[in-house]
Formats: sequence, structure tokens, C-alpha cells
Amino acid sequence: MATKGRRATRAKPARRKPALRAKRVVGAPRVGRTAAPIPSDIAVAFRPGDRVRVRAIYPPGHIRTPHYIRGKSGLIERLCGSFGNPEELAFGRSGAPRQPLYRVRFIQSEVWPDYAGQRHDTVDIEIYQHWLERA
Amino acid sequence: MRAHHDMGGLPAGPVEATEHDYLLWEKRVDALMMLLSDRKRQLLRVDQLRRGIEQLGSDAYDRMTYYERWIASITHNMLERGVFTSDELGRKMAEVETRLAAEREPRG
Repeated sequence: MATKGRRATRAKPARRKPALRAKRVVGAPRVGRTAAPIPSDIAVAFRPGDRVRVRAIYPPGHIRTPHYIRGKSGLIERLCGSFGNPEELAFGRSGAPRQPLYRVRFIQSEVWPDYAGQRHDTVDIEIYQHWLERA
Repeated sequence: MRAHHDMGGLPAGPVEATEHDYLLWEKRVDALMMLLSDRKRQLLRVDQLRRGIEQLGSDAYDRMTYYERWIASITHNMLERGVFTSDELGRKMAEVETRLAAEREPRG
């Protein structure tokens, strides 16, 4: 009986729910870490083992590609998946279309001219596809 | 040009590898971020939090502690979204200041 009673009291505010949902569909893109999946992904362009160069560009905005790796080349280690573009999400937009994200492996001594570690040391960095070009 | 926060590879001195306790207000800032970004509210996401921190300016970025940067960014993001106005925030801050001052005064 108690459960029924609770349902009955909940039924009143539920009357307003459809209106809120409709508003969301026509309104601004949904933001938040649990935003709905974004359709129309960008096609995957690289495969593990491909040699790529990180674009040497320096635009303002929220950029996830570290400054020190721009212009350097490395090998695709794996595809991590496709994700909303953080450069767009940072400004409250949807992040669509989703961008493929890769783990790219670089040789440390090629990244740092004065690198003092082992010759074959590497650094892996996760980089979005639009920052990569074939090398 | 390198953005100020993008410090990878720059000299930074030794890493202090010790844990420390968080202050109550720091835990509250963390909780605030979790609530604002949850499924129900979706008022802020981590990318927007980061963008706000990166836009603080180099002086503020260096001067502020970790959670000071968070609350500064959260505040700017909420102003941008119209969750509250500067006027509302200013009045509330004055109200809290007055209350805290009264609480600090010795009793009796």
C-alpha cells in the first residue's frame, strides 16, 4: 500500500515531464559527462603501426594535444575509440561528430633533444585524429 | 605559442610525493563539481572546467591552489550559463562575510 501511495504522489509532477523533455530536444545541445551518444562519427583513418606526424599548429582554445609533441612523429599504437571533441565540449557544444582517439608512441630521444634516458625509451600520448597526419 | 598551463617538459623541480588531507571547503568544491556534472543537472562538464582553468591567466594560475582554480572556473561557467548573476553572487558573498565575521567575534 505504501508503494502505491508513493506512486500516486509522484504522478502529479510527472505530468510536466513530457514538456521538459520536448524542450531539451529542440534546445541547446546536451552537455554533461553522461551526454547521450553522439551520432555521425568521423571515419577511422589510421591503423596500428602507421607512422603519423602531430600537426604543428597553435590555435587558442581548449587543446588536449601537448605543446611539446606538436610537429613530432610517432607510430599509432592503438585506437582507443571515438569520443566527443573536447575542443567543442569545452565551450558547451555537443562535441559531434565524435573523433577517433589514438594512443601514439614516440621515441623519447626524438621528443627531447637532451634526453638522458635509455635509447629505446618511449612515451605514449593519446591524440585525437584531427591532430594527426600521415608521415 | 605555448599556453601557460601546457607545462609538459618544463623544469619544475622535484615532485613532492606526500599525501595531504583535504580541507572541508576543498571537499565541498569537489562535491559541487560532481553535482553540477551529474546526469540530472548536466550544467558543467570536465572539458568546460578545464577550459575555465586554462583561461584564468598566468598570474592567477600560478597563485591559486588546485581547488581555488576549480571554484574560480566553476563560478565563471555558472555565470556564463546564467545559473546565477554577478549581482546575486556579490550579495551572497557579502552576506556570508557578515555572518562569518559575527561568528568570529568573541562571545560574552
